[in-house]
Amino acid sequence: MKDTSEGYVTADGRKIGGVVMEMKNITLRFGGVTAIKDISFDIREGEIRAIIGPNGAGKSSMLNVISGFYVPQEGEVWFRGEKRPPMKPYQVARQGIARTFQNIALFEGMSVLDNVMTGRLTHMTQGILAQALWKGPAEREEVENREKAEKIIDFLEIQHIRKTPVSRLPYGLKKRVELARALVSEPTILLLDEPMAGMNVEEKEDMCRFVLDVNDEFGTTIALIEHDMGVVMDLSDRVVVMDYGRKIGDGTPDEVRANQEVIDAYLGVAHD
Amino acid sequence: MPEQFFWGVEVVLNGLMAGVLYALVALGFVLIFKASGIFNYSQGVLALFAALTLVGIMDGQVPFAHLINAALGTEIHHFGWHLPALLAILLTALVMVALAWAVQRFIFRHLVGQEPIILFMATIGLAYFLEGLGDIMWGADIKNLDVGLPQGINATIDEVTYEWFGYGFFIDNLDISATLIAAALVTLLILFAQYTKQGRAMRAVADDHQAALSVGVSLNFIWIMVWSLAGVVALVAGIMWGTKMGVQFSLSLIALKALPVLMLGGFTSIPGAIVGGLIIGVGEKLFEFLIGPMVGGATENWFAYVLALVFLVFRPQGLFGEKIIERV
Repeated sequence: MKDTSEGYVTADGRKIGGVVMEMKNITLRFGGVTAIKDISFDIREGEIRAIIGPNGAGKSSMLNVISGFYVPQEGEVWFRGEKRPPMKPYQVARQGIARTFQNIALFEGMSVLDNVMTGRLTHMTQGILAQALWKGPAEREEVENREKAEKIIDFLEIQHIRKTPVSRLPYGLKKRVELARALVSEPTILLLDEPMAGMNVEEKEDMCRFVLDVNDEFGTTIALIEHDMGVVMDLSDRVVVMDYGRKIGDGTPDEVRANQEVIDAYLGVAHD
Repeated sequence: MPEQFFWGVEVVLNGLMAGVLYALVALGFVLIFKASGIFNYSQGVLALFAALTLVGIMDGQVPFAHLINAALGTEIHHFGWHLPALLAILLTALVMVALAWAVQRFIFRHLVGQEPIILFMATIGLAYFLEGLGDIMWGADIKNLDVGLPQGINATIDEVTYEWFGYGFFIDNLDISATLIAAALVTLLILFAQYTKQGRAMRAVADDHQAALSVGVSLNFIWIMVWSLAGVVALVAGIMWGTKMGVQFSLSLIALKALPVLMLGGFTSIPGAIVGGLIIGVGEKLFEFLIGPMVGGATENWFAYVLALVFLVFRPQGLFGEKIIERV
């Protein structure tokens, strides 16, 4: 584990803290296909960390490794200075790593508010009897959870659809509800899987603003995957670039832009 | 002909009470199907197994007595105690929870991600296993179950209605208590699902497995929980039917009556299971009363299935089921 006390200051003057998560030599194989090959990088407290790369580069696989949906064959995941044993996704979530999905995984049958409230499940500690009786600590806990949910709903500007069943919402709003559900759990790290995928320009701008605001307001550490280069470069403090399951670049957006290998593999071909 | 009319009303009332029992069995189906997508063929056998265990525990029967006696040459059959009904019911509920854990641990944990038909086959296997296990543990004879529920005609209703209408309604006390207990059980289940952490987690799992995982819900825990709940619902159903007709192995066949109930109500709806149960209960009694005499009777055996068939043609998702929409 690296010295967690060291940090850096971003171009816009935000102080970034020590390492909160470190991936060490991660290798992930599906049968004969190697999706991730010996990749190491870290995520620091308070930063917006992006993982980018062309289609099939292994970005989503990497996010799934972090959130416990995939278990890598080799390598170690260190979280808050401790090596993480192989875990189920729900255990990772309980540790304080919340995520959204590329193809949106919301509870379609529930209202927006109910969806957001499920994000507080990990914070509900009262016994079942106390909850049923709705007395004392259980009542306080429920009220507190409700307040937190309402605060996030306000923050992400979805008050007007609080009671609407999620299944009736348009795509862009669904993405925002999913973000709210992840955020309300007050995660140590927030993982966003292609938060802008499939959105129109206006929705993308909204989402960018929310990602920045979340980081700014709550100091949430955010790791995101995105293939829209413009978006990533504006948003993130540091960027990991993947290609064919390998890491080909890691650094600030400017450093990555200047990296010849990255230009060859991705930027030079797809953009400019 | 007021006499005929009152007779009909009485038939409807009795149908409602019978429907409550169908609804209870169907409820067990719905709980498991919603949370895990498993169509649990063994729900009826669960009710049988619960009732057998309850009688066994109450009467202090030694489980596997025949097996033990045959192997060791002993002659033990009873522990010699007689437990109060409430304690025995609580112990049986614990057995059902343990069974739920075992079912999840030894069967369905190994079948995660399999096709629905394979899960279904596993529940058929489970049904036969449990039937055999119940036989070996407690014996195959018909047993009396008496947990202290009032039985026989309700005299008050009989007298009051006779004074009002000149026709005394025949309503069984057992049916009345069954209805009240079932109503209380359903109310508790709904409160549990709406207002507790575990209930919310259960609804989350029922809606989307992946999303549930991402908010920290253990699927395994929830599946054990729904099997436990289904086990307890089966216990209640087993007590009702067992008290009415004695605990016998034909109890497991009530599961088949729950199928048309589910087709009517929809496989994923708790209110659907209840309304479906009541409709089938009333429907088959009323049909027997009105049409039965014209076709030589015994319509109760098939009416429910024909009704379900009609529903399959015109509304395959049932009254309350999720609409089946295929996006192309």
